[in-house]
Amino acid sequence: MSEAMALLAIFTLAIFVGFEVVSKVSSTLHTPLMSGANAIHGIILVGAIIVASHSHTSLELGLSIAAIILATINVVGGFVVTDRMLEMFKGKKKS
Amino acid sequence: MSRNLYDLMGLAAAVLFILALKGLSSPKSARRGNALGALGAFVATIIVFFYPGEKGELPLDNLGWILGAIAIGVVIGVPAARMVKMTQMPQMVALFNGVGGGAAALVAIVEYIKLGESASFAAVLATVFTVVVGCISFSGSIVTFLKLQELMTTRPVILPFGRTLIFANLAAVIGVSGWVMSELGTSPLLILAGLSLLFGVLFVLPVGGADVPIVISLLNAFTGLTVAASGYVLEATLLIVAGTLVGASGTILTRLMAEAMGRSLFGTLFGAFTQKAQDATGTGEERPVKSGSPEDVAILLNYARRVVIVPGFGLAVAQAQHTVREMADLLSAKGIDVAYGIHPVAGRMPGHMNVLLAEANVPYEQLVEMEEVNPTFAQTDVALVVGANDVVNPAAKTTPGCPIYGMPILDVQQSANIIFLKRSMRPGFAGIENELLYDPKTTLLFGDAKASLTKVVSALKSL
Repeated sequence: MSEAMALLAIFTLAIFVGFEVVSKVSSTLHTPLMSGANAIHGIILVGAIIVASHSHTSLELGLSIAAIILATINVVGGFVVTDRMLEMFKGKKKS
Repeated sequence: MSRNLYDLMGLAAAVLFILALKGLSSPKSARRGNALGALGAFVATIIVFFYPGEKGELPLDNLGWILGAIAIGVVIGVPAARMVKMTQMPQMVALFNGVGGGAAALVAIVEYIKLGESASFAAVLATVFTVVVGCISFSGSIVTFLKLQELMTTRPVILPFGRTLIFANLAAVIGVSGWVMSELGTSPLLILAGLSLLFGVLFVLPVGGADVPIVISLLNAFTGLTVAASGYVLEATLLIVAGTLVGASGTILTRLMAEAMGRSLFGTLFGAFTQKAQDATGTGEERPVKSGSPEDVAILLNYARRVVIVPGFGLAVAQAQHTVREMADLLSAKGIDVAYGIHPVAGRMPGHMNVLLAEANVPYEQLVEMEEVNPTFAQTDVALVVGANDVVNPAAKTTPGCPIYGMPILDVQQSANIIFLKRSMRPGFAGIENELLYDPKTTLLFGDAKASLTKVVSALKSL
């Protein structure tokens, strides 16, 4: 299997996993789930770090540094805000 | 780090993301799921510094810049997430999604600059796709943020020739994409980015306030796909998996949310183009309403056998969760049957109200979902609507063509008495007049929800 085909296979399988894991979720959890998924795509941070490391001109470096800042806000802020939402659900169960 | 070890760690991070989404789908495991996702992101970020690419290890020339940028991101992101009020959380999620989309677009622009003549067609296509969709996600999310923060109107914005404009914009995006792919050049790419940013704005403007969460969810899925496309160009398998997971689960979630609101996805996104900007019946005209004092409300409640409280965003804004609970406790102590009727989209997003009431320690068993509470309204003496409007508006059933038509509502009109606690006669978030306010069995108590409830509580105590 060529590299491109392997990546395509991974992509296709991931689609089905993504469909499957959230297919039955109560409306109560829609907001935290969206927020959690939102944090996960902040992992573009990894891509931003890769391009920043290979940046040679100041234009490339400037753009990739901006990308790192934005991606970090996405990933870190996303997980923190999701945790804050879910903290409240936990409090509810105790009472 | 050897290639195998690196790939193994990347695989571990991918599995953590899957477990995170799985965990987030069930209330018991949700918090752990989120923590697993954060762990996955942490692992992925650490190992990339030891990335053994074809050209050897990742050059660390720009390490200082990179670490500095991460530090800045943390310093901005963490306090923002910590300090945001729970009522403003939906727009925070929109903003985080937007910056993610922006980051993906920036990464793709750098990738594009670096693409040589030897780049494969698929790589060029994936790069251009990421620039376009990342920019749409960025500007679209900013507009949803402005709408939710009420920095701009929450009503659908229908531009003159809006439909023509958006199709022309779309055609331009596709045309310029072709140009950018056939001959690599930085300035056409910037034009493309600009056109895509514009498209994001035009795409979200006609969406009404109540439908904004669906759009955020859709843009979230879009950003996921851009991350997957970036992963393809950078040959980073983890990004493909994580991005695709978000893209796929986000698409499902968007559909589920639209279903919970009784909206067709297509209608939500394109409805505004086909329907005329719709004015509420009788807006501006003065009609008699029955307004009461806190004492009147207390008496109505005191002699009821069953009371259903319908909390809305107004309750959250006034921070009246605790006061409403105090009142509910008082009524329960008098032997009155009290329940909260929770509309799936009460607040600003599906599930938002559950989060807010949980914050006020409202007992879980008193929170009744719409399907269960609706058949009981006929036996309910008083429906107390606190700062809600659209979710009880019968226009959703009776007025075809109004922006919320088809949305399931709480059938408060079937109860013997209806009390609205409202700040003013201003229509709700969707901008539609509510006929129920003029109903003879409706009593209105104007004022801030918390102040009104406090007065009702003291009136109840003195009865």
